[in-house]
Amino acid sequence: MANMILLGTRKGTLLFDRTHSAWRPRAILHEGIPVCYAASDPRDGTLWASLDHGHWGPKLSRSSDGGRSWKEMASVKYPQGARYIVKYLPTPDFDPASPAGQPEYRDATVFKIWTLAFAGADQPGRMYAGTIPGGLFVSDDGGESWELNRPLWNHASRGGDLFGGDATSENHWQGTPASIDYGVFEPGIHSIIVDPRNPDHIHVAASSAGVIETNDGGRTWKGCNNGMLMDYLPNPAAEWGHDPHCITGCRKQPDHLWQQNHCGVFYSEDGAQTWKKVSMPDAGVHFGFPIAVDEHDGRTAWVVPARADSERMALGGALSVVRTTDGGNSWQSFRDGLPQKHAYDIVLRHALDVAGECLCFGSTTGNVYLSEDRGETWLCLGNNFPPVYSVRFG
Amino acid sequence: MPTVKVTQNLYRFFPVLKDRTITVPPGSVAEILQAMNEIAPGFTDYILDEQGALRRHVNLCINDYTVIDRDRLSDVVPDDGTLFIFQALSGG
Repeated sequence: MANMILLGTRKGTLLFDRTHSAWRPRAILHEGIPVCYAASDPRDGTLWASLDHGHWGPKLSRSSDGGRSWKEMASVKYPQGARYIVKYLPTPDFDPASPAGQPEYRDATVFKIWTLAFAGADQPGRMYAGTIPGGLFVSDDGGESWELNRPLWNHASRGGDLFGGDATSENHWQGTPASIDYGVFEPGIHSIIVDPRNPDHIHVAASSAGVIETNDGGRTWKGCNNGMLMDYLPNPAAEWGHDPHCITGCRKQPDHLWQQNHCGVFYSEDGAQTWKKVSMPDAGVHFGFPIAVDEHDGRTAWVVPARADSERMALGGALSVVRTTDGGNSWQSFRDGLPQKHAYDIVLRHALDVAGECLCFGSTTGNVYLSEDRGETWLCLGNNFPPVYSVRFG
Repeated sequence: MPTVKVTQNLYRFFPVLKDRTITVPPGSVAEILQAMNEIAPGFTDYILDEQGALRRHVNLCINDYTVIDRDRLSDVVPDDGTLFIFQALSGG
């Protein structure tokens, strides 16, 4: 049973403790600093916060005593010579001829440490970090030091190995609007799933590229976007260019993966070898950011519907959580305890989590809701929190 | 010896810099920031990115002049000069 909820917010880290009568928030931590992700390592309870300093660069902060004290860790850094190919922001002054000419290279620097993931108990100390501009970093010493996974960074879909020379293939990785805060339009890795059966089997998702898989511990990677469809490039079924907002996997049935994509909700029951679109717009299931899957039943998942990419707000001025228990064939909407008038909240990609019977989500409007009955009824934990970037049970 | 004045927002992360006059040997901005890193370990990670360039929202001035070379930090701080380290104010 989860006993803690960690919120990463625009103004710091918030921890809620489960007491006999309620979930109680502590005083805010990392006060005044944006925290884009906070999570607990299930192996040993170590707490992590990804600090998104506007001025001083991204940092990681770690607590080994349940959140009472925190230590700043070594920064995640790209090695010297790490470069990537610039994709231009499609603004009105965007010159479409420019990217079609010679690739423009940029030295890599970490803009954001967007997500953290923990390997299994069989790999103590192994952690992963996904960043903007699209690098996957690995630590084998509990976050004391980090190394860029070069095979993914040098993947043919990004132009090949740019450490030693120019591109040897075309770059297919597009930017994510989440990077615009930094004045750039770069890709980002926001989801990392380590297969509980086999730690060398990992899925990552990058916006805007798609889902990528390794079966050999990160030495080689391949795209896993069969069945994906998009509506913003000429070929909807192109191998690359997809915008998974979030992917997640069932712990006990790891071949069941779910994806809230920019272009709908997708489900795979074969370990992302094929995806099936299971959007149901009439039920509000199509656009959104987060997605959660049951720990035991890979056919059960939850989403928080939003209106559209061009209108990023709650559907109909009301909040709802929608659940499927049959792999997306049908969806049931739950509203009990959620505001049904004048609600315009958006729930970001890491801001919904599930642990057993409990679900929790937080919005950019600073509202946080908890369910203890699998999403059917909801209790408000507060309305005046800072904009919420991440929600994780610990 | 040049003086270094640091935005007080950095005292939170480097309390060793608080309430003292910081003087360092003369040299380029790069050399002076390295000297600051010896006084306050980790300091350069806050000011520079991993390529050694000034972070986007950090501004350095030598006396009244804004540092020009933000990539290689070759501007020289004279013996009687002051290097100011500022942050741009933004957001809400």
